[in-house]
Amino acid sequence: MARFQEDFPIFRDNDVIYFDNAATTQRPVQVMDAMRAFNDECNANPLRGLYDWSVRATEAYEDARHTVAQFIGAERDCEIIFTRNTTESINLVAYSWGLTNLKEGDEIAITVMEHHSDILPWQMVSRQTGAKLVYLECGQDGVIPKEEYTAKITEHTRLVALAEVSNVLGITNPVREIADFAHDKGAVVLVDGAQSTPHMPVNVRELGADFFAFSGHKLMGPMGIGALYGRIGLLNEMPPFLTGGEMIESVDRYSATFAPVPEKFEAGTVNASGAVGLAAAIEYLKKVGWDDIMNQERMLTRRLMGELAELPEVTVYGNPDPDRHCGIVTFNIEGVHPHDVASILDSEHICIRAGHHCAQPLMKHLGVSSTARASLYFYNTEEEVDRFVRAVGKVRGWMGY
Amino acid sequence: MELKSLYREIVNEHNLHPTHKKDLASPTMVLEGVNPSCGDDINLQLQIKDGVIEDAAFNGSGCAISQASADIMCDQIIGMSKDQALRQAQSFMGMIKGTATKEQIESLDEAASLQDISHMPARVKCAVLGWRTMSEMIGKLNEEGVTDGSASASGQDTCGACATNSAAVCKPGCRQCPV
Repeated sequence: MARFQEDFPIFRDNDVIYFDNAATTQRPVQVMDAMRAFNDECNANPLRGLYDWSVRATEAYEDARHTVAQFIGAERDCEIIFTRNTTESINLVAYSWGLTNLKEGDEIAITVMEHHSDILPWQMVSRQTGAKLVYLECGQDGVIPKEEYTAKITEHTRLVALAEVSNVLGITNPVREIADFAHDKGAVVLVDGAQSTPHMPVNVRELGADFFAFSGHKLMGPMGIGALYGRIGLLNEMPPFLTGGEMIESVDRYSATFAPVPEKFEAGTVNASGAVGLAAAIEYLKKVGWDDIMNQERMLTRRLMGELAELPEVTVYGNPDPDRHCGIVTFNIEGVHPHDVASILDSEHICIRAGHHCAQPLMKHLGVSSTARASLYFYNTEEEVDRFVRAVGKVRGWMGY
Repeated sequence: MELKSLYREIVNEHNLHPTHKKDLASPTMVLEGVNPSCGDDINLQLQIKDGVIEDAAFNGSGCAISQASADIMCDQIIGMSKDQALRQAQSFMGMIKGTATKEQIESLDEAASLQDISHMPARVKCAVLGWRTMSEMIGKLNEEGVTDGSASASGQDTCGACATNSAAVCKPGCRQCPV
């Protein structure tokens, strides 16, 4: 067993190869221990009580906020809003900032490689406000050319929303360049960090992100906790997304005043143990270290793409350079539907994703109806890559060819 | 049955060498069946006269299970009355949901070999696509009270959720769910 896999109970005593890390990642004992400690030692409703457990629950929750703020380079802790996931973070911006600030004549620019969670909220804003939705197209290599974004982002553009890393192609977009250009035109920039935060250091200020969304479960944290970073100036001006408990200052029969950020955006009882788990996952990432994480992923992706290139029946999509894949390798096997590929590999105890990967506009743009996707993380091993490629090489035979 | 044997013994043959994957010369009814979540897409063609399915064929693309299941279905329903075909579809759906009787499963003949799909929730919608499409076509005929298949049929869609889990509740407007 590889040195990191020992930390992950799910990998013990079985031969399962987990190559669906872009969908969700596995959780190390450190994360589960942190959540158990919260539940066993100080479980109470944070932000409310005046007794020891609740005070400690509040501290644990706010410490987690601080850890997240540091993790993505936010200037202040209050710029971090805990949400359920990336999808909820983006919806918060769409409903609160988008519906309030956009109108007919405005434009929203998004890339064709966005996940549905960064498309549908903007379709909703577009329908309700009359703002026009504009797509930035990428080439078959996944690259959005400079001519493309400089032509489509104009003084009409009020918002640019883009993934830092594509969940299908694994390509890293030139967020800083695009953000600088968008800011010059007066637009606000939202970055979907769901696929970047697990794989590379992020600094929202260096990226030029006005909003930044990510999920805990994609970086070994629990499901049901995510975060939204928003520049404090923007957050202060935005109306609440959800209303209810704990987000108020005072309530009269027919009116209310709201708490300052971040509480203004965290209505109802929060997912405190989830936040604690997310913070533990971030600490675990830091302990492993970005150098080791990135080196291991680079080595594995090179090996995977190199070995797949030896199989004539396999087509790999996106950039030919494995270093531009962030561990995500999307492919098809000639004559075999990706769902059959996934089912057959499952019988070999190999987990991959098949389908449209919640990115149907990109699939159409690439001219494929569905694909198979292997996505790696640093805890995967060379042996797993080799066994995976051997199995892929046998799929056509199993399918009767 | 182990998955690879299921493919080897049943699915591959119908997927790679389908008997009924073609266009009919003069279908009386044509309907598109789609699984939007996985891109399975079949174009089912029936030739019905006096309430009897004289010929059946399909075209389209999709995974091996959806294609093989549609081919097996066409094989079986040719020569059946539309009501027999509908009953056959109900037996198939029942088998996949785990509610079919022993007699129903026996009556499914070769299609019964797809029974193990009921243990693969993600593939259920693939296996039932052809059968659902056929049921809807005959449902339309019965609604309009005609026997020659001249009823109009437009495109259809699944709600997606229903087919992945036989216990799932469909969204309003979904007309294809096995439930």
